[in-house]
Amino acid sequence: MAQITFREAISRALREAMQDERVFIMGQDIGSYGGAYAVTKGFLAEYGPERIRETPIAESVISGAGAGAAIAGLRPIVELMTINFSFLAMDQIINHAAKVRYMSGGQLTCPLIVRTVTGGGASVGATHSQSLEGWFASVPGLRVAVPSTPYDALGLFRSSLQQEDPVIFVEHALLYSSRGEVPDEPYVVPFGKADIKRIGTDVTIVAYARMAMVAMRAAEELESRGISAEVVDLQTLSPLDGDTVAASVQKTNHAVVVEETWYTGGFGATVVGLIQERVFDYLNAPVARVAGVEVPMPYSRHLEQASIPDESRIIQAVESTLGR
Amino acid sequence: MKLQETLEKNQLLDFYRQMFLIRRFEEMSAEQYTLGNIRGFLHLYIGEEAIAVGAINSLLPQDYVVTHYRDHGHALAKGMDPNAVMAELFGKSTGCSKGKGGSMHLFDAEKRFMGGYAIVGGQLPLAVGLALASKYKKEDSLVMCFLGDGAINEGEFHESLNLASLWKLPVIFFVENNLYGMGAAVDQTLVFHDEIYKFARAYKMPTARVDGMDVMKVMEATKKAVESVRGGGGPYLIEAMAYRFRGHSMADPIEYRAKAEEERWKKKDPIVTFNKRFVSEKVATKKELDQLEKEIEEIVENAVKFADESPFPEPDALYEDVYGSK
Ligand SMILES: Cc1ncc(C[n+]2csc(CCOP(=O)(O)OP(=O)(O)O)c2C)c(N)n1
Ligand SMILES: [Mg+2]
Repeated sequence: MAQITFREAISRALREAMQDERVFIMGQDIGSYGGAYAVTKGFLAEYGPERIRETPIAESVISGAGAGAAIAGLRPIVELMTINFSFLAMDQIINHAAKVRYMSGGQLTCPLIVRTVTGGGASVGATHSQSLEGWFASVPGLRVAVPSTPYDALGLFRSSLQQEDPVIFVEHALLYSSRGEVPDEPYVVPFGKADIKRIGTDVTIVAYARMAMVAMRAAEELESRGISAEVVDLQTLSPLDGDTVAASVQKTNHAVVVEETWYTGGFGATVVGLIQERVFDYLNAPVARVAGVEVPMPYSRHLEQASIPDESRIIQAVESTLGR
Repeated sequence: MKLQETLEKNQLLDFYRQMFLIRRFEEMSAEQYTLGNIRGFLHLYIGEEAIAVGAINSLLPQDYVVTHYRDHGHALAKGMDPNAVMAELFGKSTGCSKGKGGSMHLFDAEKRFMGGYAIVGGQLPLAVGLALASKYKKEDSLVMCFLGDGAINEGEFHESLNLASLWKLPVIFFVENNLYGMGAAVDQTLVFHDEIYKFARAYKMPTARVDGMDVMKVMEATKKAVESVRGGGGPYLIEAMAYRFRGHSMADPIEYRAKAEEERWKKKDPIVTFNKRFVSEKVATKKELDQLEKEIEEIVENAVKFADESPFPEPDALYEDVYGSK
């Protein structure tokens, strides 16, 4: 078992994917530059420009051409430099890639993978720090993967390649350098199966991507305060594993839902909805939400830190839910 | 040039048959819309038949067609079954998209009719992707992508032309310039409206303008384009000048254009003029054409009968084909 970074896990996943001739990668600065987050470093030399396709700064046609090539039977992997730029590709992803199967009565299949980068905390200001994966997750026809560890990143990417549907594969900017164990033996992390990252008895903390890691640290601190927290990492927002969440809350009778994006319309609201629908009678307290402060992301370090949920806010929410 | 110096009689008759089929299909659709059998948006292709027929008949079966929401003409010209198309308009389970696409979203993957798309300009990136796949797989199939003059204003038009040209992809961008978007004339919305075909030059792409009311001219221009694209010359743009005789959709009272302008264009009716040439050049007798029209009439009547008698989708169909994987 080797310790590798999240970045290395994605690179490895892409290299594996490239063994299939139908797979090619396209995106901005993925060639000689090696990718804005250095994920495809060396790929151009290794695979050549036919399969590592440098594109113009034109998110719509990059995504749409990916969708078109997928419809024609290839397995394109499109890199959108960050999720903030995906706005310029919304039409192709949501009106086209997500719709063609249904609108064609099942005749067309669009197994496109869009890799993109989410999250704040890198001091890059309001236009470059958003977490919008939840928006995609609300669109029928799309799948959304949100790994939090190198193990999950590799395993979920392998599953993404098995999908017959467009997948938005979301990588958190601050996770790239994080390390974790990844076995050499083949494995996959399935879609639609949340991972209980930590077993506990007093409260369920639901989170994903970087927030799952923050929740893990919060849970450690909570343990020292005598509180046993279970951390449920969603892994994919679509499909959403309601069963695991509900079963955990049924056991702990308390839930705190954490996410990095804004409270209003945040994906966490959907998780709260399913908890109250399915295990309302088991709840000993209202479900708490921890979300980003509802402002455009400020640049200045301290303000930025104040806007993104951290361990202390999670701990506070847990304690208040438990009435401590 | 005389008709028969270009094509054999049976091919000419086939062009006539296809154009007349589209015309009658559209007239019948309008009728069925008024009867309440067709709902939602219905955009008729009446007046523009020469474009679909002249252009698509210059393709091979393995070539792809993608288009906008005014798609019945392109679908029929690509050989789609009129029954399946009419049933789709009726929202029936026997429709080409199982009743889940509607008029604006016709599909027939087998015929390589890869869709009508209802977001203006949205089909262009997909066309680029299909062409990319074709080149990547070294297939001998090109993509013909129809778009309206209104789509030129969308960023996706420019993104798509640039990428297609950059990568020398086998795609023909076919602009149907009918002088109007929905209710706005092109000169109200586009600075460079009088020579749209020249946009291609900014992307170093060969381009041509053609009279879209003349099926033979459309065919000749398209043949040239097809030859160039198939020969590896990269993408090509054609602008066909045309006019839609009806409103933008059935909901359009057409208050934005002059009657005189309409009359002027209707004199160039692509079917009437073609019919006249058949007779004056003695390609076919009036009797032959009448017989052919009668056959089409029957096809269209049957399509309605088929659509009418077909069942609506089962309730479970609601949940089908959202995802391919669980
Ligand atoms: C992105 C987008 N904006 C607006 C509309 C509404 N709309 C539908 S058709 C149309 C006019 C398009 O005109 P044109 O491209 O010239 O095609 P035509 O209908 O003339 O064939 C508009 C504005 C739309 N469907 N998609
Ligand atoms: Mg128009």
